[in-house]
Amino acid sequence: MTVYIFIVLAVLAIASALAMVINKNVVNSALFLVLNMVSLAGIYLLLNAQFLAIIQILVYAGAIMVLFLFVIMLLNVEQEEKLFDKFRVKYFLAFLLGVAVTGQIFYSLAGVTDMLPEISDKMAAVGTVEAVGDVLFTTYLLPFELTAILLTAAVVGALMIAQHKIKRTEEI
Amino acid sequence: MDYLGDIQAFLPGVITALAGLIVIVIESLKKDSSATFWVTVLSLVAALFFSIQSLGTGLDTAFSGMLVHGGAVAFGNVIIVVATLFCVFISEDYLKGINHYYGETYALILFATTGMMCLAGSNDLITLFIGLETMSICLYVMAGLIKDEKSGAEAALKYFLLGAFSTGFLLYGMALIYGATGTTNISAIGAAASTDLLFLAGAALLLVGFLFKVSAVPFHMWTPDVYQGTPTTLTAYFATASKAATFVALIMVLSRALPVMEGLNWQMVFSVIAILTMVFGNIIALVQDNLKRMLAYSSIAHAGYALVGLAAGTPEGYSAVLFYMFAYTIMNIGAFGVIAYYERNKGMDFSEVQNLAGLGFKKPVMGIALSIFLFSLAGIPPLVGFAGKYYVFAAAINAEMVTLAVIGVLASAASVYYYLRVMVYLYFREEHKPVELFNPTLLYKGTIIILAILTLYYGIEPILPASGLMELLNSYGNLGAVTNVLIP
Repeated sequence: MTVYIFIVLAVLAIASALAMVINKNVVNSALFLVLNMVSLAGIYLLLNAQFLAIIQILVYAGAIMVLFLFVIMLLNVEQEEKLFDKFRVKYFLAFLLGVAVTGQIFYSLAGVTDMLPEISDKMAAVGTVEAVGDVLFTTYLLPFELTAILLTAAVVGALMIAQHKIKRTEEI
Repeated sequence: MDYLGDIQAFLPGVITALAGLIVIVIESLKKDSSATFWVTVLSLVAALFFSIQSLGTGLDTAFSGMLVHGGAVAFGNVIIVVATLFCVFISEDYLKGINHYYGETYALILFATTGMMCLAGSNDLITLFIGLETMSICLYVMAGLIKDEKSGAEAALKYFLLGAFSTGFLLYGMALIYGATGTTNISAIGAAASTDLLFLAGAALLLVGFLFKVSAVPFHMWTPDVYQGTPTTLTAYFATASKAATFVALIMVLSRALPVMEGLNWQMVFSVIAILTMVFGNIIALVQDNLKRMLAYSSIAHAGYALVGLAAGTPEGYSAVLFYMFAYTIMNIGAFGVIAYYERNKGMDFSEVQNLAGLGFKKPVMGIALSIFLFSLAGIPPLVGFAGKYYVFAAAINAEMVTLAVIGVLASAASVYYYLRVMVYLYFREEHKPVELFNPTLLYKGTIIILAILTLYYGIEPILPASGLMELLNSYGNLGAVTNVLIP
């Protein structure tokens, strides 16, 4: 049964990724990206990586996507108006209903096949914050520290490229 | 866990990483301070010292099996740090000359060096990936340093997009390998390797990611544009340090994670790619007029020669590749350095080979140095390029791959044309209009002279009675020996 849920989530992830690339409206693309992130989070849950799933939603679907949408809306006001032109209450209600029904179907399917809460302690322990933190600071210490360097380099590099022009005008 | 011991094992990388952070702090406190340069140089000298110190030790793991150090990896670190050090020496003057001197560049170079050392010493797919990414992201930024020119922006964008694409291949390959073997440890992967489709697909995708980074032929398209748009001294860094790091990592992965099995012949794969790379690289280089593009294609061809050593697949072949990367690093930084010097003279476009006409006699030191580097790149004895090619092709012949070696030698012979062409312009053509070349700084001149001396010295070193380098490399012997050390 896990396989079926995985397939559903995987198809959803691929479809939303494709839709994100194909869609002409930037805001819609961004929203499809959110859907993509959420289905990935679902896959993490299937793998008993609860912590990772929550972080995926918090960081990617939450923080990063909000930034994305901010930037899009700041850059591109016309598109935003278009989106509101298309907005219909019935579509919104249909979406809510669809989500509810889909959730119920998944829940009942999972319940019928006895796979819902059946997680042994050992399995559950793998994905917890303690377990992740434990390996992160022992076994994976070097990759963890190097990631810090990687991110510092990326931030410094991005700022450096962005500030070239400013620096030049200062010199003149 | 013995963290102090682990840190000591990765000391060169730790030093460069910390120095990078210090450089950022200095730069934010005081713009364009000369302290950034000296901190960089000092840290690199320290890193070089510690890398050389661990040259004689055997391979061992550190950081819970995430990293290997000593032996061949230490030699890889030496190549990387030497390349970085020389590039920093020539970059200071050059970047100031083209008005693109930013202190942060040193931080990025240091971070990239850390990433390269992590990549070269990786014993786990995760370390490998993070090392590769740290290196690549710094390189993407450096490629875009001259972003106000079209070629610079093109270089950065192309490198970034294609690099991200190839990283995708690499990651996908890692995921498949993990799925097939259930481990990310490179030695453990070698033990669990099989010929099922999942593992093969993963290994193939992993190799695609690697071959992109060393610009082997089906994946070389980015090289000329990126090399052309990047500031020349940093191009030297791209072409040498990052390639050396990737080749060391490739050797470690090939020798330990991808054993030759029945129905699976990595040697064949590498022979085909080596032949394609050597032939295409050299043929396209023949018709290039732009010096930097010519050197870019020549660097593709040199990656091909090094791949010959990998195709041999013997310990001898791996030692030959290590020697080749060392040789290539010295002579290529030298060649790029002299070209950067010519380019730096204002008001003249020295990027085209015709514009070099008659310049050889103007600044004899630079002219002679360039001739030495180009002769060496062409593989003419008694220079280091010849010794490198000799070892690589000898390894191929000893592995009974005579055809491969013959094609390599022929391709190498063809390459003599375009290297000598530069020298013909340099010495045997009248200059178009009188040009005044400025005097290079002492540091710049000294660096070029030292590189030229190293090119000469390591060319004759193998026949000296006290020759040590190749024996040292041969003593690293079977890199697979680390397999049994530690699998957590």
